[in-house]
Amino acid sequence: MNAAPTSEFKAAGVEISGLQKSYGSVKVLKGIDLNVKPGEVVCLIGPSGSGKSTLLRCVNLLEQPNGGTINVGGFEATDPDVDIDKMRRKVGMVFQQFNLFPHLTVLENCTVAQLKVLKRKKSDADAKALENLEKVGLGHLATRYPSELSGGQQQRVAIARALSMDPSLMLFDEPTSALDPETVGDVLSIMRNLAKDGMTMLVVTHEMAFARDVADRVFFMDGGVVVESGPAAEVIGNPQQPRTKDFLSRVLDPTHVDIGND
Amino acid sequence: MAMTARERARVSKIAQIAIFIIVVAILLISMNWPKVLDSFFAFDKIGPMFPDLLIVGLKNTIFYTAISFAFGLTLGLILALMKMASFGPYRWFATGYIEFFRGVPALLVLLALGYGLPSAFPEAKWPYAVVVMVSLGLVAAAYIAETLRAGLQAVPKGQTEAARSLGMPAWRAMVTIVIPQAFRIVLPPLTNEIILLTKDTSLAFILGSVAGQYELTKFGRDGITSLGAGITPLVVAGAVYLVITVPLSLLTRRMESKTGRGKR
Repeated sequence: MNAAPTSEFKAAGVEISGLQKSYGSVKVLKGIDLNVKPGEVVCLIGPSGSGKSTLLRCVNLLEQPNGGTINVGGFEATDPDVDIDKMRRKVGMVFQQFNLFPHLTVLENCTVAQLKVLKRKKSDADAKALENLEKVGLGHLATRYPSELSGGQQQRVAIARALSMDPSLMLFDEPTSALDPETVGDVLSIMRNLAKDGMTMLVVTHEMAFARDVADRVFFMDGGVVVESGPAAEVIGNPQQPRTKDFLSRVLDPTHVDIGND
Repeated sequence: MAMTARERARVSKIAQIAIFIIVVAILLISMNWPKVLDSFFAFDKIGPMFPDLLIVGLKNTIFYTAISFAFGLTLGLILALMKMASFGPYRWFATGYIEFFRGVPALLVLLALGYGLPSAFPEAKWPYAVVVMVSLGLVAAAYIAETLRAGLQAVPKGQTEAARSLGMPAWRAMVTIVIPQAFRIVLPPLTNEIILLTKDTSLAFILGSVAGQYELTKFGRDGITSLGAGITPLVVAGAVYLVITVPLSLLTRRMESKTGRGKR
């Protein structure tokens, strides 16, 4: 498939088949098949070390897969000739550790790639950045530096930064895992609104309530394979596989311990 | 001996002070004072050093430092990037270069190039300042390269990942995101490097210079032979070095305490 012009890259779907990734002799992903339809929200859940984050990072090639294919909105990401930078412009990514640029203000964080990559005019870039900062409720902090913000605020800026590129697909890598509990809700509600607006989203998360309420489909991963997948309500509400059941019983009820006295 | 911890600390403190006073006293008493005053502090005789010491010597010392640093910084940045390159031979070259020029004395490099460059490239002209710049710059580049590499690697990997995920090519992520952050980290050690270079320019006179090219140490040495003030001219030249290096040193300390307070 040829790389589509960016104008056609509107609602991006993702098609992953047979994806493999190893670090040395350690196989992290053992042949993953997964697809996200345009406008769909898909959550990846599973224990740590199951390969969810690696899978997500393969989608925009922050990790180089060892086998299989990934197609993102017409871009054959695994084709060695694909213009990876062009593809990444349309794929927003939100990291667990925010990764805001500490030497730039909040506004500059949201404009730097618009200016340097998309070559937008400064006034247009500023307007776009402010619009997205308003969307995440932080327009009033535009002139601050990231170090002056709380973790939750930083993550909201990171979302605004990604949105300012007008992405067709958003990747979230455990966006709330590094946050104080009281700020998790703000970030999740922004993601909820994004989903409502029709953004295509692939989300690695440990927030089961979010996955159940917002995701169209959920993939449960363990040991580098997809163990179970399907509509969110089914996988989370009525899991079929023993491993899924075990995992969910642990995360949904953290006090549940298998010591046989309950 | 039953002493409390507090008593022991007091005794130890008194002992330290006593030793210090005794050592200083022995030195002061055994010193030949008239001679010392005569050869170190004959400030009445150094008038002829001025104003040339400042308008020529100080100027040239700063000039040689500046061009050597500019040369060393450029080369050091290239070496730092080579050292981090994925292409093996680049890394090997950079490693070899750094080990070599950190291992040999700057004076030796200066002499080798001072005599070697003109015979290696007989067609080209080798102005004195250029030889000094290249020699000291080659040595400084080795130290600067390691400083810059450490600075670039101190910027978290997530910064590059965030930049790349926004569609920036690798060079753009480096220029716009990584280097500005690394620059803040390396500013104190780089200032330190300028201090070392300032002092190394004192080696330059060994190549034999003419009047307009004299730097501070050359003035000091000439003063010894011409003024009959003992080594007072060197003391004066040394004081002028301190005028350059102490403010830089204070600046470094201020920058360090600032970065210490911490971003992120």
